[in-house]
Amino acid sequence: MLRGHRQSFRGAPPRLRAGRLGIALLAATVVLSACGSNKSETQKGADGNGSDKIVKIGVVAPLSGALTAIGVGIRNGADLAVKQANEAKKIKGWKIVLAPEDDTATPDVGANAATKLSDDKAVMAVIGTLNSSVAEKVAPILNNQHVVMVSPSNTNPSLTQGNDPAKKVRPFEYYFRVATTDAIQGPFAANFAYNTAGKRNVVVIHDKKTYGQGLALQFKGQFEKNGGKVPTVETVEPDDKDFSAVLSRVKRFNPDMIYFGGEYPAASLLTSQADQQGLTVPLMGGDGIFDKTYIDVAKQAGEGDYATSVGAPTDQLPTAKAFVDAYKAAGYADPYSAYGAYAYDAANSIIEALAKVLPDQSKIDDALRVKFRQAVQDGSLDGVTGKVAFDEFGDTTTRILTVYKVDGGAWKPQKTEEFK
Amino acid sequence: MSRLVQQLVNGTVLGATIGLIALGYTMVYGIIQLINFAHGEIFMIGSYAGLAAYTYVLPDSVTRNPWITLPAVLLAAGAASSAVAVLAERLAYRPLRNAPRLAPLITAIGVSIALQEAVRLFYPGAKRQLSFPRIISDRGFKVGDVAIPWTSVFAVVSAVVLMLALEAFVNRTRLGKAMRATSQDRETAKLMGIDTDKVIVLAFALGGALAGVAGVIQGIRFVSLDFHIGFVAGIKAFTAAVLGGIGNIRGAMLGGLVIGLVEALATEYIPQGGAWKDVWAFVVLILVLTLRPQGLLGEQVAVRA
Repeated sequence: MLRGHRQSFRGAPPRLRAGRLGIALLAATVVLSACGSNKSETQKGADGNGSDKIVKIGVVAPLSGALTAIGVGIRNGADLAVKQANEAKKIKGWKIVLAPEDDTATPDVGANAATKLSDDKAVMAVIGTLNSSVAEKVAPILNNQHVVMVSPSNTNPSLTQGNDPAKKVRPFEYYFRVATTDAIQGPFAANFAYNTAGKRNVVVIHDKKTYGQGLALQFKGQFEKNGGKVPTVETVEPDDKDFSAVLSRVKRFNPDMIYFGGEYPAASLLTSQADQQGLTVPLMGGDGIFDKTYIDVAKQAGEGDYATSVGAPTDQLPTAKAFVDAYKAAGYADPYSAYGAYAYDAANSIIEALAKVLPDQSKIDDALRVKFRQAVQDGSLDGVTGKVAFDEFGDTTTRILTVYKVDGGAWKPQKTEEFK
Repeated sequence: MSRLVQQLVNGTVLGATIGLIALGYTMVYGIIQLINFAHGEIFMIGSYAGLAAYTYVLPDSVTRNPWITLPAVLLAAGAASSAVAVLAERLAYRPLRNAPRLAPLITAIGVSIALQEAVRLFYPGAKRQLSFPRIISDRGFKVGDVAIPWTSVFAVVSAVVLMLALEAFVNRTRLGKAMRATSQDRETAKLMGIDTDKVIVLAFALGGALAGVAGVIQGIRFVSLDFHIGFVAGIKAFTAAVLGGIGNIRGAMLGGLVIGLVEALATEYIPQGGAWKDVWAFVVLILVLTLRPQGLLGEQVAVRA
């Protein structure tokens, strides 16, 4: 019987099998060509004038997966800056083409994207990544190839100052960021929690990722220094959905707040499940939970929760009004989210530097890359989020942060302050 | 004391969902010795199908009434998952029925990736986390200090009811008898006039339906979903099936329960246990497989001649 089966399988008419293979190949081709045509469309859109030379700015951000909402905002912000620069013919004789790559918020995928971008000799700079953990893999690759990287959102201090806070050493000469680090964001949150919100007993939970852990421990350090108590630090898996066990555990400490180092997919579930367990104290987090999706998922349970984010609220800055209007006019399907305006500023810091070094060049070579890096380092512009300039480590010189609170189903700014 | 009880409750609820998914693994393995790695994705599709039914099919006037909405959403999820599971069997696994065992195994991984990408690309808005409707109130009741949300009650009750129903089906009906016969010896069963292809399709359909229901349960409990929930759920459910004794229906449920309880209790009682809870779950698996390789309740796969 067994043999009979096998024979009948082997004996399938060859044409039939070839036909199936053909269909599969056809399907594959259709899919591939669909991707291909997408790409050529965006290139065409950016090209316009055929005689101009091409310089590319890459984007590495999560364009699919749980953190898409923020990643797409980054890509769109960068896209807007590039479009405006091309329209204004900012760089004589050159066209800027944006090359977005999806990192799915995963370090290895980000590394592949970085390798791909750095293999393309037209790529001078990359905007991204969203996640510090992804940047840890991406920055060394780009740094080796002398490709400038400007992150709109990496907040982990080690990316610019090395692993030893006592002895700061810049690990990547070609790495810059316009976001304030967790060495400032964590303590800023701790000060707000202790001084303004009057919290004294806070349970800290983090997701063990570079960002979450770094932020959580910075918070803990400052909160304890202020005189507050952190009875326990718990950890969770970023991909987990069921946090009931860890929440039952922390209930015994009767905390008056939970501080979470991590991102909104886990944070939104954490706050809903805490509510279900009768742990109705507010949750506080960093810029990783500052997204509308957090409220969409957590609904009522999210009310009263806090988030800190870098910079001042985008839609309240007078300088940002032009950006918000242009973003609306450009008709992007998705909101600019937490980092759209920062990606826009990051892109403009790159474009300004390109405008200084590119016009009289005939081709892109390593000498130009070195010159370009220096131009980014020395650059200074009034961006939509504030002054954009870099210190000797590649960190932004602006140290403004804002606390937001969920109020009536939206993030409302509570307090904007420069951290000293 | 109440902390222990609370953690037992947490673990039971987590375990019930894992067990429900594990039933599909165990049934398919019991009959064709295939570890269907795409089963986690079948579960994920159930979650999306439930959401689609709620968002696009049911009118607003209906969605306000949970007594109609819940069965409708469960039905849609079960049917969709079942259909996808059967389709995967027909297109991907059946052509490889008599190929070396590694071939269908790798195909299963392929099917898993294909399904995940299909949802990511074609479900509207699936590239990001979506929120699942609160069909059941996310409130609950309290027994002493122990909080029990209604969604958890729903999760456990439906898992137990479905497991008992499945067991009754396999043990009491003609088709169930045919399934048992096929799992003992497919060739002989065929000689006895059993349409084994039909039985195999049935195993995929039932397993798929259960996974679909589990998908809705997960959606209701966590009020959100994204396209890679199938991976972690699949791994845990597979572990549960092996732990309980693969091919064994009660074993799958027990395995799920053990994993859920180990995770909850490790979080409570082992310092920094939360960080290591997955490790403890696998430590239990390794211990069981070392001391009792056939799983807790024993494997129920006939030794083939």
